[in-house]
Amino acid sequence: MSATSAALALGLRDVRLALRNRSEVLAPLLFLLMVATLFPLGLGPDTRLLEQIAPGVIWVIALLSCLLSLNLMFHADLEDGTLEQLIISRWPLPGLALTKVLAHWLISGLPVTIVAPVAAAAYGLPGEPLQVMALSLLLGTPILSAVGAIGVALSVGLRRGGMFLALLVLPLYVPVIIFATAAVSASMAGLSPASSLYLLGAMLVLALTTAPFAIAAGLKVSIA
Amino acid sequence: MNPITLWFHKLGSPEYFFRFSGRLIPWLAAACVLVGAWGLWQGLFVAPPDYQQGESYRIIFIHVPSAWMSLFIYIAMCAAGVVGIIWRIKVAEIIAMASAPIGAAFTLITLVTGALWGRPMWGTYWVWDARLTSELVLLFIYLGVIGLYQAIEDRRTAARAASILALVGLVNIPIIHFSVEWWATLHQGSTVNLMGDNAIHSSMLWPLLAMALATKLFYAFNVLQRARVMLLDAERGKRWARRMLKLESDPVAG
Repeated sequence: MSATSAALALGLRDVRLALRNRSEVLAPLLFLLMVATLFPLGLGPDTRLLEQIAPGVIWVIALLSCLLSLNLMFHADLEDGTLEQLIISRWPLPGLALTKVLAHWLISGLPVTIVAPVAAAAYGLPGEPLQVMALSLLLGTPILSAVGAIGVALSVGLRRGGMFLALLVLPLYVPVIIFATAAVSASMAGLSPASSLYLLGAMLVLALTTAPFAIAAGLKVSIA
Repeated sequence: MNPITLWFHKLGSPEYFFRFSGRLIPWLAAACVLVGAWGLWQGLFVAPPDYQQGESYRIIFIHVPSAWMSLFIYIAMCAAGVVGIIWRIKVAEIIAMASAPIGAAFTLITLVTGALWGRPMWGTYWVWDARLTSELVLLFIYLGVIGLYQAIEDRRTAARAASILALVGLVNIPIIHFSVEWWATLHQGSTVNLMGDNAIHSSMLWPLLAMALATKLFYAFNVLQRARVMLLDAERGKRWARRMLKLESDPVAG
C-alpha cells in the first residue's frame, strides 16, 4: 500500500465514521445556529446593529463550533488504539496528520462554511459582504482544523483535555479571526477585502504545510 | 574538540550545570542590582522630565525593558525548547520551562505599566489596538505553555509538549514586533534603534539601556536559580543530587 492510498483510506474512514454517527456532525451546526439566534434575542432586533456585528459574531460562533468538534479528532482513535498503530505504521506521520486535518475539515469546517453565511444573511448582511464572509470561512476554517489539531495532539492524553484545549488553541486562532473579520468589514465599508483575504490564504498555506509536523511531534510526545 | 564546544557539551550534564550555575548566580545577581539601581536612579531622578508628557514618561524605564524581555524570553524559551526536543538534553528542557513564568511575569508587567501610563496619556487604560492585543495574546500563550507543562504528569514529556506549543506560538513574535508598523496603532513606534538615529536624548537613553541590561541580568540569574531547583527536584534520586542536598557525603570534600 502506498502512502497516498494509505492516507486516502484513513481519510475516507474518518469521513465515513462521521457520516454514520451523524449527531457528531450535526451537534456543532445546531450549536452554531442556536447561539446565532441568542444574539438577536439578547441585543434586540435592531437590524442596523445586527448587520454591524454580524462579521465578528458569526465568525466567533463559527470558531467556537469548530472548537467543539476538535476534541473528537483523536479521541476515539486513542481509546481503541488506532492512534498507536498510526504512529508506529511505516507511513510518514505528518502525512497521516494532514489527512486527519483534511477529514476533520470535511466533516466540521465545510458544514460550518455552508451554514454560517446563512446565519449571517439572517443578520441582514448584504450580498457582497456575504460572499466575502463565505470566502473567508472557506479559507479560515481549514486553518482552525490544522492549528486546532496541534492543540488536540498535545492534550490528547490528558484527563480534562477538553477544557484545556480552548486555553491552548484560542490564542493561536487570533490572527485568523482578525483578518477574516477585517475582510468582511472592509467589504461592508465599500473597500477591497483582497489584502486580508490574501493574508488569510497565506496563513492557510503556512498552516497546512507546517502544522502536520507539529501535530506529528505532539502525538509522539503525548503517546510515547 | 575545541574547548568552547567541550564546555558546551559539559553544560548538558545536570551535575556540571548545577555547580557552574551555582558559581555564576551571585555575580549575575550583584550585577543586576548594581546596573538596575543605577538605571532606576538615573531614570527616575536624574533624567529631565519630558517636554510633553512631564514626569509620566518615566514609566518607559520599566515598561520598555519589560516589553523587550517579554519577547526576548519567549525566543530564549523556544531556543532552549528546540535543543530539548532535538537532542533530548534535560537541562535545556528545564531551562525552557523555567523561562516561561519569568516571561509571563514580564508580559504582565508590560501590560500593567502600559495601562497605568495610558490612563493619563491616552485617556484610557486599554484600547484594542494591534500592539496591545498581540501582547495580551503573548500572555495567553505563556499561560498555555505553563498550563500544559503543569497538566502532564511526566516532567520530561510535559516539557517537550510545552516546548512544541511554544514553538507554534512563535508566529506571534513578529506580529507583536511589527504591529506598530503594519497597522495604524495608537501605540507609538519604536524610539530606540540599534542602527541609525535615536529619537531619544542620551540622558534618557542610557538609563533605558541600563534597565534593559538589568532586566536581562535579572532573567539570567532568575532562570538559573529556578532551573537549579527544578533540576534538583527532577534528579532527586540521583547520587549527585543527594550529595548536594547533604543526604550523602561528598567524596571530594571527604
